[in-house]
Amino acid sequence: MDDLASLVQIKGLRDGLLVSLTDAPWEEQRAALLEQIDGQQAFFQGARLALDVGAQILKVNEMVELRDRLSERSVALWAVVSESPTTEQTAQLLGLATRISKPRPEEERRFEVQDLGEGTALFVNKTLRSGARVEFAGHVVVLGDVNPGAEIIAEGNVVIWGRLRGAVHAGSKGDKSAVVCALDLLPIRLQVAEEAVNLSDRKESGQPEMAFIQNERVIIEAWKPG
Amino acid sequence: MTAQVITISSGKGGVGKTTAVANIAVALAMDGAKVVCIDGDIGLRNLDVVMGLENRIVYDLVDVIEGRCKLRQAMIRDKHYNELYLIPAAQTRDKSAVSPSDMTRLCNELRPEVDYVFIDSPAGIERGFRNAIAPADRVLVVTNPEVSAVRDADRVIGILEAEEKRSPALILNRLNPALVKQHDMLSAEDVLDLLGIQLIGIVPEDENVIVGSNRGVPVAQDSKSRAGQAFRNIAKRLKGEEVPFIDLEKQPGLWDRIQKMAGGRKA
Repeated sequence: MDDLASLVQIKGLRDGLLVSLTDAPWEEQRAALLEQIDGQQAFFQGARLALDVGAQILKVNEMVELRDRLSERSVALWAVVSESPTTEQTAQLLGLATRISKPRPEEERRFEVQDLGEGTALFVNKTLRSGARVEFAGHVVVLGDVNPGAEIIAEGNVVIWGRLRGAVHAGSKGDKSAVVCALDLLPIRLQVAEEAVNLSDRKESGQPEMAFIQNERVIIEAWKPG
Repeated sequence: MTAQVITISSGKGGVGKTTAVANIAVALAMDGAKVVCIDGDIGLRNLDVVMGLENRIVYDLVDVIEGRCKLRQAMIRDKHYNELYLIPAAQTRDKSAVSPSDMTRLCNELRPEVDYVFIDSPAGIERGFRNAIAPADRVLVVTNPEVSAVRDADRVIGILEAEEKRSPALILNRLNPALVKQHDMLSAEDVLDLLGIQLIGIVPEDENVIVGSNRGVPVAQDSKSRAGQAFRNIAKRLKGEEVPFIDLEKQPGLWDRIQKMAGGRKA
């Protein structure tokens, strides 16, 4: 199977699998890819596939045929990346993506940071809607709201310049000095280190607030930055 | 002609997507536009019932996509409006019979022929929803003033943002001003505050809507119905006209704010 392995390269991406083709004839590579999928059905079942065809020029019928073959195997073709503008256009015509760098925020976002210094923060410059999940090994700052159904898990502090209505866990690795601040603090669930609080009966206070641990309990006070 | 493809979606089921499609399409057809509605809910079709065209179905969406008939043959002409058509969903298949690129191809074929293509999205955020939004130039998100419906609408808006679609517009359906006043229902302001997108229509709760759906006569045809008026206003706004929002509640401050959020000129 050495031939096959060198014909098609498969690697994992944040939002699917990336298959890179070489310059070998399309027919051979196509066959190699399908064969590889058939050989590892369990792995490919339900996968999202992006295809990097390099300089190859793919015709519409070739792309359609591959998409259909893949879909018979429960594999979705979602993107075709190409150096050739013709092939890119063909892909767009079929409603396929032609760039794959864009992360898909509705799926889980996870950020790895080697060294958690004081300055390590993730800045989120938008409203986090239901279904969004941000997990970060540091502080998280949101410029926008955190809607019900959204979730933030930070090893450090969480600062929300907006309304907090979703779920937040600060100090997720046990840092009891972590705080959660928001202009309007009404989360569905709030947790600092191991201590969780239920705030479902809380009313809007009309002022910015900060939650932190004092005497093993989470308390909430008016937030006076500085 | 280059049609605008408009998908109506919601996340949650039962909030009034199908009713909205039928009514807005009828309202546009009444104004002389050429409109095609596509029922995207394969396996659970009902747009045909709401439009009163159930007994005229010969071919459906899946027949077109699988090449068993021409696009024209699957377009059912409405009983009242010559320029209004329905492409019904298949009842005996499921969502996997259609792919997002199939929908894009189908809509591209329709674009030169008509003014508007409406796609009635199924509930959920899975395959059927992906099919329905793939060809959309514009998405209208329907919600009810209920916490669960608003939560699902928020999720759908998040997905559309991730897909880099044009920001969707909101239809708030089945608002009951009396209940809002008693604080038993979310107000339009509550919903807009949370979702933070453009508002394109508020449809009051109106029992005529149900009667109309059962009879296959969308309420937009009824000049006396308040819900019908709301749907006709949405149709006008889609065409780019500025139409003031119907004053459902006598709370001037609130309505100024909604006008502002809806992108109106007056502050």
